[in-house]
Amino acid sequence: MESKAGTGNFADVLVVGAGISGIQASLDLASAGYKVIMVDKAPSIGGKMSQLDKTFPSNDCSMCIESPKFNECNRDPNIEMLTYTEVDKVEGKAGDFKVTLLKKPRYVDEGKCTGCTTCVTYCPVMIPDPFNQKLSDNKAIHIYFAQATPLVPYIDENCIHLTEDKCRICASVCKQNAIDFAMEPEKVEVKVGAIVMAAGYETFDPGLRGDQGYGKFENVITSLDYERLLCATGPHEGEVLRPSDKKHPHKIAWIHCVGSRQVLPGGNSYCSSVCCTYIQKQVILAKDHDDDAECTIFHNDVRSYGKDFERFYQRAAKLPGVKFVRSYVSVGREIPGSKNVTIRYSTPDQGVMEEEFDMVVLGVGLNPPKNVKALAETFGIELTDHGFCKVDPANRILTSRPGIFVSGAFQGPADIPEAVYMASGAGAQIGEMLAQRRGKLSVERVYPEERDVAQEEPKIGVYVCHCGANIGRVVDVPGTVEYAKTLPNVVHAEESLFICSTEAAQKLSVSIREKGLNRVVVAACTPRTLEPLFRDTLREAGINQYYYDMANIREHCSWVHSKEPEKATKKAHDIVRMSVARAQHLESLQEFKLPVDKRALVVGGGLAGMTCALSIANQGYEVYLLEKEKDLGGVARRIRSTIEGLDVQAYLRDLIAKVYRHPQVHVYADCTVLSVDGFVGNFTTKVRTERRQIEIKHGATVIATGADELKTEEYLYGQDQRVMTQLELEEKIADGDAAVEAAESVVMIQCVGCRNEDRNYCARICCSHALKNALTIKAKNPAAEVSIIYRDMRSYGLNENYYRAAADKGVKFVRYEPEGKPVVEPAVEGGKPVLRVTVPDEILGAKLALDADIVTLSVATIPSATSQAVAGMFKVATGPDGFFQEAHVKLRPVDFSAEGIYLCGTAHYPKHFAETISQAYGAAGRVLTLLTKDTVTASGSVIKISQHDCVTCGACIAACTYGAITFQDTPEGKKATVNAVLCKGDGLCTTKCPKSAITLQHYTDEEILSQIDAAADGHWAAE
Amino acid sequence: MSKEFEPRMLGIICNWCCYGGADLCGVSRFQYPPFIRLVRVMCSAKADLSYVLRAFSKGLDAVFIGGCHLNDCHYVTNGNFDALAMVNICRKVLQHIGIDPMRLRLEWVSAGEGIRFANIMNEYGGQIKELGPLGEPEGLDRKELLFRLEAAAKIVPYVRLVQMERLRVTERTEEAYNTFFASEEFDRLFNETIVEKLEMSRIVTLLGQRPFSTSEMSERLNMSASDVSRHVKASSRHGLIRYDANHGCYALA
Repeated sequence: MESKAGTGNFADVLVVGAGISGIQASLDLASAGYKVIMVDKAPSIGGKMSQLDKTFPSNDCSMCIESPKFNECNRDPNIEMLTYTEVDKVEGKAGDFKVTLLKKPRYVDEGKCTGCTTCVTYCPVMIPDPFNQKLSDNKAIHIYFAQATPLVPYIDENCIHLTEDKCRICASVCKQNAIDFAMEPEKVEVKVGAIVMAAGYETFDPGLRGDQGYGKFENVITSLDYERLLCATGPHEGEVLRPSDKKHPHKIAWIHCVGSRQVLPGGNSYCSSVCCTYIQKQVILAKDHDDDAECTIFHNDVRSYGKDFERFYQRAAKLPGVKFVRSYVSVGREIPGSKNVTIRYSTPDQGVMEEEFDMVVLGVGLNPPKNVKALAETFGIELTDHGFCKVDPANRILTSRPGIFVSGAFQGPADIPEAVYMASGAGAQIGEMLAQRRGKLSVERVYPEERDVAQEEPKIGVYVCHCGANIGRVVDVPGTVEYAKTLPNVVHAEESLFICSTEAAQKLSVSIREKGLNRVVVAACTPRTLEPLFRDTLREAGINQYYYDMANIREHCSWVHSKEPEKATKKAHDIVRMSVARAQHLESLQEFKLPVDKRALVVGGGLAGMTCALSIANQGYEVYLLEKEKDLGGVARRIRSTIEGLDVQAYLRDLIAKVYRHPQVHVYADCTVLSVDGFVGNFTTKVRTERRQIEIKHGATVIATGADELKTEEYLYGQDQRVMTQLELEEKIADGDAAVEAAESVVMIQCVGCRNEDRNYCARICCSHALKNALTIKAKNPAAEVSIIYRDMRSYGLNENYYRAAADKGVKFVRYEPEGKPVVEPAVEGGKPVLRVTVPDEILGAKLALDADIVTLSVATIPSATSQAVAGMFKVATGPDGFFQEAHVKLRPVDFSAEGIYLCGTAHYPKHFAETISQAYGAAGRVLTLLTKDTVTASGSVIKISQHDCVTCGACIAACTYGAITFQDTPEGKKATVNAVLCKGDGLCTTKCPKSAITLQHYTDEEILSQIDAAADGHWAAE
Repeated sequence: MSKEFEPRMLGIICNWCCYGGADLCGVSRFQYPPFIRLVRVMCSAKADLSYVLRAFSKGLDAVFIGGCHLNDCHYVTNGNFDALAMVNICRKVLQHIGIDPMRLRLEWVSAGEGIRFANIMNEYGGQIKELGPLGEPEGLDRKELLFRLEAAAKIVPYVRLVQMERLRVTERTEEAYNTFFASEEFDRLFNETIVEKLEMSRIVTLLGQRPFSTSEMSERLNMSASDVSRHVKASSRHGLIRYDANHGCYALA
């Protein structure tokens, strides 16, 4: 095996599965000082996420956010990628595994192939394209998908040379002699200390049972099929065309829960967690593709339980022509001729109906990976009854075999952010196990020496990206390229389908060298995401990274002017011209290396904070843990058990003891944060404890300040002792409260204080909490009547099984609409005082009255009272609901935009016990990617003072609260002098200097004024 | 004008909040008119007075400045307060030189407020479109506009000094800023300092074209003879201009 790091077949970690979870695990582990081997059975890394068109709830382009990670993996010297490879055998034990890998023959030599695709052009055999869900054809030899990494074709097993020993055209046209039909499966043995199983999932296959006419009617497709249809790189280049006649479907139906939430043979009893929201996304996109589309969504409970999901649901529901219908359905028949499909459903108003649709999309759920039993056997791990990886009930990253960790959807349905933070969490747990091996095998990345181009004339290259269809569908990209060629100092311009793909970035690097460019403008998306990637590309090409500028023609152009292609194209020209104007003036800058303080600060001593702190300490780093209360534990102190039956108090006692005993964890309870100073790698936080004030220096910060239970005034809460919250009920049940034990009837009301105007979000955990308490009551007293009055039961994922169990045990479920909220009032029934709960009954059309001894409110979980103050001090953002705002909802779920600060637990959003633990490990993993570094790099974009011009007025010193400017004695007298390490590059001082003696590098007056002038384009002169 | 007026607008927006909001606006596909061209700076405080004046002198019809909400600045400098001060002063300068101050607008948009960015762009774009091209509703021809903007641009260093010495709001709260900039005290200080300097700058700028007599200046600048004489004296004292006794007029020193 060829090895980037030259360590042969030795590595620290094997990551199995290179979907988004495996990619994140590999990147985190590699950057925390481990050598990683990443394998995937597919011909490219990327997993299921690469097949998605967009991701909810931000509707980010899936490939655009994932493919830069391919690039990072490819460039990381500590990540070895083996695609088209499976695991054959796992021997040994934790710390010392011997793993046999089986490289399948792709019949193309990865070392020789240049990815020129001549072979693909000449290949005469068409096969159904697996990446496009077989909705279109591809050649028998082809590159798996446009942004595949590695960008090397493979030969499908249906190649006629392989099946019939004919053809060999590809071999004869390949100038590199890269085609090798003699390739045999190759066994490779590797030695690793730990394994991450990120095996992912398969979508439920409705073809097996012929669910809802799938496989029988051409125009019934799965949601993953639809995802490909939406995508610019899909079967019809982003045109949604239905299979039967390749026409635009106008009237589309979606069916929820296909293969999920059912106990029939062949179905899955659990909820797949992601389908409700991905269907809403598909509806929004359907309307985006076709304004007049009529979309009908047949649903059961709508489970918008995640951050911002509720708003996303409302957004979809409010679109004109979109109809959400709560009904079980069955697909009826195919209309001869039109091949339209009918759906039978029923509504309370209209009874049973049959309606015709042009196309039907099945919201298929998530299954365990294919051949999961064999997989489990190979790895020696246990599976659950559902076939998912069996995990520790508290720590869902632990498998049944020591040294093997799991992340992502292999442990149960999970969406992308969970898959990402679990991956970081697996990184943390491996860091604990392999702390001694850190940094032993890994190597530093080496860049070529920078070419000094300061004296050269600007030679600017402009690269205009189609971004699939995201830009190209609106902006005339070839026209923009031609336009760019007319601009001063532009010596080269070209277009690219996806400039961020690994292949395109490599080509960019080559092109910079070949064309002798010394300035680069990429016209694509926002610099806030991809600027680091392209700067890195410049470094690889031997050019200073500050010779780069990004023209944002997607977020600021094609996406916001999508109905005005001509004007958008004109604007794209303007944006490119402004960038080119700026590029003329760009200067080479050097970055600073700043030492990293190797200590971490964790704010919040609840479950999340303690778990995170302990993991950081177990990896060998010192941690300060702050708690505002006298005792550690947070809200978890009030939780007695999880729905799975884990004894939370015992777990918590053990955790608290471990935290206090650990010599590397310093706990400060009963304390308040007074101030925070500094930046990534070098924070100083002042804290007041009961007795004194202390100053803590630390390199990383974790915000784990938790959440609070809403204090409601609704439903007689606070007025009548028989009305209590779920947490209170849980405590009373556990403590044997007499009134609760004697209760013959308990009524629970869901969504108290949330999913309303004040709090437009779902608090995620309350449905399961209600089920847990209902089941406990039923277990203690089967005769007790328990009713749950709900809007949508959001027992997502495996908790669905408890919903069914509760129904089986006789728990009654009564649904209400927000406009018909239940009413609670004291009453007397049969001489006994009761609480009468009345609620409009949708089906009977009358009022339903339930008499209860105990009324339990599922009140909202709200942001911690301290969160705004904490946000202000640490300079981090909170979202519209007051919870802390992560850097990116999908791919940076535990990072803040501000570097060096991380996030976990309910401070981020309400979360279940095990979810909190996974996320806390995730944050610990991210912290370690920073603390294991000796230095962080500070931007070269800092100020420069022309001391000759300084008049010693002190205006700049007064403005700079960072204290970066001071007066120093110079031969010319006392002058303002900058300490570049302290300068944060905001540029405020430059606007204060009456002599304009201060320049902010990379944002000089020259650079900005050139952009302003270019924006005007001399139109006053021209007219 | 034959075809429909399409404003050309410039936006100078901070990287951390408003740029993020503009990005989110795009990601969410909220639509707005394609009038604006955005320049990214790290902090809204970097949107200098000289940038705004330059934009107008190039014929742009409006300038939008976007920053983080007050007290949410990414930097401990809270530079968005400085942006607020600059905009207040600049709008007054614009008004003084006859440009509708509506052509400069400051808004706070967080990185999570995509819809707010779209709403502002829709509203402001519409307003500027209705207002018309720079100079037209103001009744100023291009030459006159450029003359006035040139005079204003010359006093930027002075404005910085005055800001530091006399127009500084000590308390960094929105209320304190709004109160100060709405106060008569501010009007008075503005007239005493910036307006005085601006008038002098107009004289100096005019004399840059050729020498003029005081009465000519009075006519050309639409300034009273006594004001001209006062500013001429002050400018001479500063050594900016000199009296040419041979021709009976003033010229640049």
